Amino acid sequence: MQFALLIFEPPEAFAARNADENDPYLGAWRAYHKALVEADIFVGGSPLQPPETGTTVRLKDGKRRVQDGPFADTKEQLGGFTILELPSLDAALEWAARCPAASIGAVEVRPVSPEYLRRVTG
Amino acid sequence: MSGSEQESTYRTTHGTIERVARESYGRLVAYLSSNTHDVGSAEDALSNALVAALETWPRDGVPQNPEAWLLTTARRSFIDLARHRQVAEASEPTLALLREESKDMTFSPQFPDERLKLLFVCAHPAIDPAMHTPLMLQTVLGLDAARIAHAFLISPTTMGQRLVRAKTKIRDGGIRFEIPQERALPQRLGAVLEAIYAAFGIGWDDMAGVDQSGRDLAEEAIWLARVLLQLMPQEAEVQGLLALMLHCEARRAARRGPDGRYMPLSEQDCQKWSLPLIEEAERHLREASSRSRTGRFQLEAAIQSVHAERARSGGIQWNAVMMFYDQLIRISPTLGTRTGYAAAVAEAKGAEAGLATLNAIDSDDISAYQPYWAVRAHLLQQLGKTSEALDAFDRAIGLTEDPAVRRFLLQRRG
Repeated sequence: MQFALLIFEPPEAFAARNADENDPYLGAWRAYHKALVEADIFVGGSPLQPPETGTTVRLKDGKRRVQDGPFADTKEQLGGFTILELPSLDAALEWAARCPAASIGAVEVRPVSPEYLRRVTG
Repeated sequence: MSGSEQESTYRTTHGTIERVARESYGRLVAYLSSNTHDVGSAEDALSNALVAALETWPRDGVPQNPEAWLLTTARRSFIDLARHRQVAEASEPTLALLREESKDMTFSPQFPDERLKLLFVCAHPAIDPAMHTPLMLQTVLGLDAARIAHAFLISPTTMGQRLVRAKTKIRDGGIRFEIPQERALPQRLGAVLEAIYAAFGIGWDDMAGVDQSGRDLAEEAIWLARVLLQLMPQEAEVQGLLALMLHCEARRAARRGPDGRYMPLSEQDCQKWSLPLIEEAERHLREASSRSRTGRFQLEAAIQSVHAERARSGGIQWNAVMMFYDQLIRISPTLGTRTGYAAAVAEAKGAEAGLATLNAIDSDDISAYQPYWAVRAHLLQQLGKTSEALDAFDRAIGLTEDPAVRRFLLQRRG
C-alpha cells in the first residue's frame, strides 16, 4: 500500500535550501533519497518552494478570497512530500524516523486513499 | 498539621507508593493472574488498588505491609471485575477459587513470586514475537502503552490495541502459567532473553544523549535481567545477557563527545567508562563461563569484554573479537552478527579481507540494514575505492535515524 510522508520543516530548513553543495542537510536528503530508491519503495514526491511563495484561495459567499502565504500560520510548514510503496504502517514509520526532517521538524505519515480516488475518478 | 507539613507527608507517601509500585508491580500482576490467566483484569485491579492507596495512605498513614495491603485491595477489585464479567461468561469456578484464595490471603502477607511464569507467558511461542517485549514491559514493569509505543515507533492507540489483543490470547488461548519442561526450556528461555535484550536495544538506540525515556528503557531491561537471574541463578545465558548489557551500560557517558558528537566504540575515551559496571559485568561473565554452557549472549558479552580490556591494555585484541564472532555466527547467523564479523576480520586481517567477508553476505535484507552500509563505506574508503565508498556512505546515511550518527557519517564521507 502507499503512504504519503508529509514533511514539515522549520524556517532554518527552508533557509538552508540556498546553501552550497556541502550543506549537511542537503547531504542527508540526498542520502535518504538514494536509500528510498535503492530499497525500491519510492513512488514519487517533491520538495516545495518556501511557504512565503504560497498563495491561498477560498471562495466565500461566491466571492474570491486570495491570501498571500500558506493556509496555516505555524512555525513548521509543509516543505515537501514523498509517496512510498510499503507493506505496512510500521514500515512507513521506520522510514519516517530516518527522514532528515524528523529530527528538526516533523514527518506526518498518511496512508493514501485509493478507495476515495476510485470514487473521484469513477 | 500545618499546610507545609501536610504537603511533605503527602510527598513522602507519594514516594512510598511509587517505590512499592515499582518493586511490587510485576509480583502482584503475576500472582493475581497466575490462576485466572487474566492479565488485563489483574492490571486493572492493581491500578484500582494504587488509586485507593493514593487516596487513603496520605490520610491514614502507610500500612505496615504496603505490598500485602495492595494485594488485598487489588484482589477485592479483581473479584468485582470478574463478577462483572461473570454475568456474561458464567465462570463460577473461577469466582469460587478467588473467594477461597482471598480468605487465605488475609492471614498470610507472604505470597509466591510468579514473575518467572509471567515472563514465560509473555514470550510464549503462541504470541506474536513482536509483542513479547511490549507485553513484558507492561505486565512485569507496569510501563504504560503510550511510553512503550514511543519506544517501538508505533502509534499509542495501535500499541494499546495490540497489547489488549495479546492479553486476550493469554486469557482465552489456553497458555499455561508454568515454567517450561527441561526439554523445551532452552528455546523458551531464549525467547525471554531475546525480549529483554530487545528492550535494552531500543533504549540504547533511542538514547541519543537526551531522550530520558530511552535511558530508562535500557535501565528497565537491566532490572528485568536481574530479576530473571534472581529467579534462575543457574542459567549461564541469563548471566551472559546481564554481563552484555552491563558492559554496554558502562560506556553510556562515553558514547557522545562534549559537543554531542557520536563516538564510535574504538574511539571512545575509556576514562569515561564506568569501572564498577565493567567489573560487575566481568564477574557475571566469569561465573557464566564456569558453567561450560556457551551461548549467544555469553559470546556477545565476551566480545564486549575484549573491547573493555582497552581501558587496561590500551589496545584491542581483534583476533579474539574475530574468534568470538566466528563462534557466534554458528549459533546465530544474523545480519548483525555477520556484519560484526566482517568488521572484526577487517581490523584483524586488513580491509581487503573484511570487504571479501562482507561481500559473502547474500541477503535481501541488506538494502535497509544501516550497519552493513556503514562498515562497507568505511572499508571501501580505506581501500581508496572512492566512488563506491561515496555510494555506500549515502546508503548508510540515508538509513540513519540518529542525527548524531548522521552527522558523523556525513563528515567521514567528506
